Amino acid sequence: MSLLETHGLTAFYGDFQALFGVDIRLERGETVAIIGANGAGKTTLMRSIAGVLRNAPGMIRHDGAEVGALPADTVMKRGIAMVPEGRRLFPSLSVEENLVIGGQHKGGRDFGDRLDAMLGRGAATLAAHAHGSGYWTLETVYALFPILEERKDNPGTALSGGQQQMVAIGRALMSNPEVLLCDEISLGLAPVVIKDIYAALPKIKESGASVIVVEQDIGQALKVADRVYCMMEGRVTLEGRPGEIGREAIHEAYFGAKAQ
Amino acid sequence: MIWVDTIVQGVLLGGLYALFAAGLSLVFGIMRLVNLAHGDLIVMGAYLILVLVTALGLGPFLAALVAAPVMFLIGWSLQKFVLNRTLGEDILPPLLVTFGLSIVLQNVLLEGFSADSQRISAGALETASLALGPVNVGVMPLMTFASAVLVIVALNQIFYRTAIGRAFRATSDDAVTASLMGIRPGRVFATATGIAMVVVTIAALYLGVRANFDPSIGPARLIYAFEAVIIGGLGSLWGTLAGGIIIGVAQTVGAAINPEWQILAGHVAFLVVLLLRPRGLFPRGSD
Amino acid sequence: MAYQVSTRTRASSVAAIVAVAVVALLIVAPAFASRGLIQDLFFILTMLVLAQFWNLLAGYGGLVSVGQQAFVGFGAYALFGAVILWGLDPVPAVLAAGVAALVLAFPTAFFAFRLAGAYFAIGTWVIAEVTRLSVAQWKAVGGGTGTSLPRSATRDMWFVDAIKALFDVKTSAARDILAYWLALALAVATIGGIYWLLRTKRGLALAAVRDNIEAARSVGVDAGRMKWVVFLVSAFGTGLAGGLIYMQKARISPDAAFSVVDWTAYVIFIVVIGGIGTIEGPILGVLVFFVLQSVLADYGSWYLMLLGLIGIGVMLFAPRGLWGLISERSGLQLFPVRRRLIGPGTQANTKGG
Repeated sequence: MSLLETHGLTAFYGDFQALFGVDIRLERGETVAIIGANGAGKTTLMRSIAGVLRNAPGMIRHDGAEVGALPADTVMKRGIAMVPEGRRLFPSLSVEENLVIGGQHKGGRDFGDRLDAMLGRGAATLAAHAHGSGYWTLETVYALFPILEERKDNPGTALSGGQQQMVAIGRALMSNPEVLLCDEISLGLAPVVIKDIYAALPKIKESGASVIVVEQDIGQALKVADRVYCMMEGRVTLEGRPGEIGREAIHEAYFGAKAQ
Repeated sequence: MIWVDTIVQGVLLGGLYALFAAGLSLVFGIMRLVNLAHGDLIVMGAYLILVLVTALGLGPFLAALVAAPVMFLIGWSLQKFVLNRTLGEDILPPLLVTFGLSIVLQNVLLEGFSADSQRISAGALETASLALGPVNVGVMPLMTFASAVLVIVALNQIFYRTAIGRAFRATSDDAVTASLMGIRPGRVFATATGIAMVVVTIAALYLGVRANFDPSIGPARLIYAFEAVIIGGLGSLWGTLAGGIIIGVAQTVGAAINPEWQILAGHVAFLVVLLLRPRGLFPRGSD
Repeated sequence: MAYQVSTRTRASSVAAIVAVAVVALLIVAPAFASRGLIQDLFFILTMLVLAQFWNLLAGYGGLVSVGQQAFVGFGAYALFGAVILWGLDPVPAVLAAGVAALVLAFPTAFFAFRLAGAYFAIGTWVIAEVTRLSVAQWKAVGGGTGTSLPRSATRDMWFVDAIKALFDVKTSAARDILAYWLALALAVATIGGIYWLLRTKRGLALAAVRDNIEAARSVGVDAGRMKWVVFLVSAFGTGLAGGLIYMQKARISPDAAFSVVDWTAYVIFIVVIGGIGTIEGPILGVLVFFVLQSVLADYGSWYLMLLGLIGIGVMLFAPRGLWGLISERSGLQLFPVRRRLIGPGTQANTKGG
């Protein structure tokens, strides 16, 4: 049984169908990259898995359980966290608050927990409360991205693009997810910054998370992934291991075989 | 000297209006919902306290303490089961549903309590006063003002120092991303409206103790609250207090000139501020 | 055979014939209807006018006003002022009511448009309150307690003698018939005028503004100006209706003339239950409202409670109202605004355009 899998996943925006029966899987400890051009359906796939878009229950399974119809907050509490496209930090929250909020709601479903959280003062106590177990805390996130500790009291949106991306990743990690979905984390960043961000990936895997990265940059994807899916027009057109698939096959899957 | 007295009374009256406004401001700040039944909910709170006082023989403050959790639950349920269904791009559904609610509440209260004026008795406190320098200040107005300040301090603490406050701000910023953090926006909104109803209970206590009330006075309270919020600038609770004070002072000064001008003077003050500072005195952010 | 753009449907052609017949019947109604029925019809027609204008504001213009009572009351008081102070005949004074409301609409819009979205609603309410409180200070028309139209003015009203002679009725009944005919003319002009407005380029722009302000702006629609136009037109029409209503009542007080329940809550109820954003909706809504009013008005607060609950229910579960339900099931459109491309091989398709 895979950690996460989709079965014939379809998705719609109103009358527009964005996904046509997508089958992917993620094994425990794996990093999977999803590549494809703009509009291939990569982000829709991520949003479906994360629960932002609802699907039929059986279309997505996590640990064998049907999670396709669950709302985003429940999916997150099951251990599937997402770094959304465009980072989407909360402008009203400081850097540290952005991080803290990533973890504080993971466990607190019953009223007692909420009351504790409500009465608890200060970010550190809260973070400690929400993370009795798990590798990621404010301290370990700051160790991963030291610059964030220096800027912890700034509003999240006052940071540079790369730093904002670090906050977005740190925020997702704070819930100590089993599955981390990273949607276009290199988009709009300078190559040197992208390198910094991807440098964090081994640490993230070490902490026990399995990762799906969505990338438009094929080279980057092949470098970090154990397996790669290529998508085009809402369908998976290629699957394989980086060493085993040739450039031409990728090119074909990416742009369409007969399009040229 | 009479003017100093008038202005002091106006400032203290402003505390009451700030209490009316705080709940409205809180709900709007978090979910961009303008609750047209807000004034009627305050009046409903006053009747609830009145019932507790007369039926159980509780003192008004104890009665308000009992009423607060009840009001929290009413607000929570109202938001969860009714108002959450109306939120979205279109501003019509929430406005029309809360307007309908306002009509329903007024008539439920009318049916239950008749159109007669009521008052919550607070015994000797009602008439007690303190000499503050040259002016005599009623203890009740003073307590109202102090409560308004305390409510604003407490709301600011909740907003900026607690987990639920962070959830409020995050959800207000971006509800979809908040749900990726494990927050269910509908529940956050329900909690926010519940808290707003606790503030409404405090407002209702002072409304009922300080003056007569009947089922029809809700809309006027909504209007005062709204004016205070706009004068203060959206999103600023201290601004709301300033807005309440401006309306309170305008009303007492207007009344001192001609008793018939009291209410009108408050509205005119609001229009003048709207004319000169359309974004209010203390605007915040890009709302 | 060439393509052509058309808004006509078969239902709309039938509806046009029926509408002409109904209007003709209503015109001759005083010949056979009782005075009570004429008064009921007057009530229905004036409420219909108020509802159509509120619908134009909220349903098409996206301007949710809860302060329309300002224009009803101010118009009505203008009529009383013109009759009492200037000795104007009440019939032309109805026009003065419309003009007065229009004049009031300028400062109202100036203030209320400074308030975005939902706060606009309460802003209009504040201005209605200010107007009510100010009018209550106007001693020449009775101040806070109100006043009546002078006997001399109501007795010698234009056309009353002719109507008395025509139908052989008393002065009071003749006045009702006169008011009824004026209301009928106003209602027909209102519906016709709004229908015309919506079919013009401007009206299409209005729909565009309602659906998406940004998109409309990007194709060159001046959203701000459209809002002004809609607001002023609605105020003028609402003022005319207010003047007419109080010409018929012949007695006025600030609390009644500026009643938020009578002139805004009922009106909103009519539009919401009938179907907001359609011309058919308020027509259907006013009939439902009249039936409810006739059956339940004696129950006072229970009646209002029920109206409020029905309004909430409709908004939550059928936000397009009764007419929305009907036209969804049947595809019926009596006042089609949408333009459709018709040509060889193209089916008459109500979804197009």
